[in-house]
Amino acid sequence: MTIPGFPDAAPVDGLIGGALIGVAAAVMLLMLGRIAGVSGIAAKAAGLGGSGIDRIGAWAFVIGLPLGALAVMLAQGGLEPSFAGPVPLIIAGLLVGFGTRLGSGCTSGHGVCGISRLSGRSIVATITFMAAGIATVAVMNAAGMDVLK
Amino acid sequence: MKTLFSLISGVLFGAGLTIGGMTDPARVRGFLDLFGDWDPTLAFVMGGALVVMAIAWRVVPGMARPILADGFHVPTKNELTPKLIGGAVLFGVGWGIAGLCPGPGIAALAIQPAAAAIFVVSMLVGMALLRLIEGKS
Repeated sequence: MTIPGFPDAAPVDGLIGGALIGVAAAVMLLMLGRIAGVSGIAAKAAGLGGSGIDRIGAWAFVIGLPLGALAVMLAQGGLEPSFAGPVPLIIAGLLVGFGTRLGSGCTSGHGVCGISRLSGRSIVATITFMAAGIATVAVMNAAGMDVLK
Repeated sequence: MKTLFSLISGVLFGAGLTIGGMTDPARVRGFLDLFGDWDPTLAFVMGGALVVMAIAWRVVPGMARPILADGFHVPTKNELTPKLIGGAVLFGVGWGIAGLCPGPGIAALAIQPAAAAIFVVSMLVGMALLRLIEGKS
C-alpha cells in the first residue's frame, strides 16, 4: 500500500513497526514499571547514570535491540541502508549523547512513552527536537551536503 | 525473570524500529526533510507506537503494581527547563545530521556494524562529557 503523492512512503510497515515499539514499551511499563527510554537505559548500561532500571536489565534491553534488528534483517533477506561517513557520525553521536542526557530523553522516552501519557515536558521536548532535526536537514540540503552519499 | 522481560522488550523494540524504517538513516532524514522530498513513514511509526502505549497507560491506574516489580517509576517533573529545551535542540541537530537516534543507532549494530559502532561510541562519549561538565564522576 502506498500513499498518493508519496510513492516512497511505507505506511503499513511504519504502523506495524510502530505498534511493535509500542508493545515493547508496554512490556517494560506493565511488567517492570519502567519507561522504555533508550538514551537513559543505554546510559545506565554504560555506567553513565541514566534510568533507574537495574544494570543487568539495562544490558539485556540494549543487547535485545540489535537482536531484534538482526531477526528482521534475516527475515527480510538482508538490509543495506546507507549510513553517513565517520565524521558526521561522530559529530551526530556526540550531539545525540550529550543532548539526550541534558534533555532527559530521546525519541523513545519523550516521543513515545512521554507523549502517550500526555507529559507536557515530553510534548515540548519532542516538538523541539523534531523542529531542530527539520531545520538541520533543511540547512544541510540547502548547502548541498549529502551525508548519506 | 525481570532480566528476561527486559531482553524481550529490547528485542521487540529493535524489531519494530527496523520494520518501521528507523534504522535506515535515509528514511529518517526523509521524514525530517519537511521542506523537500518529505517521507511521512515515521509519522505512522510514531502513531502506531502511541496508540499501543496510550492503551498501556490507561491500564496502569487499575494495577496495584507492575507484574514483576514493586512499583511504577514514572517521571514526576513538570517544569519546562532550559536544560530540557537545550538538550532537545542539540539532540535534534544530531538526529538530523546522521538520521540516527539512540535506539536505531544501537539496533543498527546488527545491520551496519562499523558505522553504527562509530555512532554509538560517540554517543556514549557525549553522555560522559555531560557528566564531566555536571561534575559527576
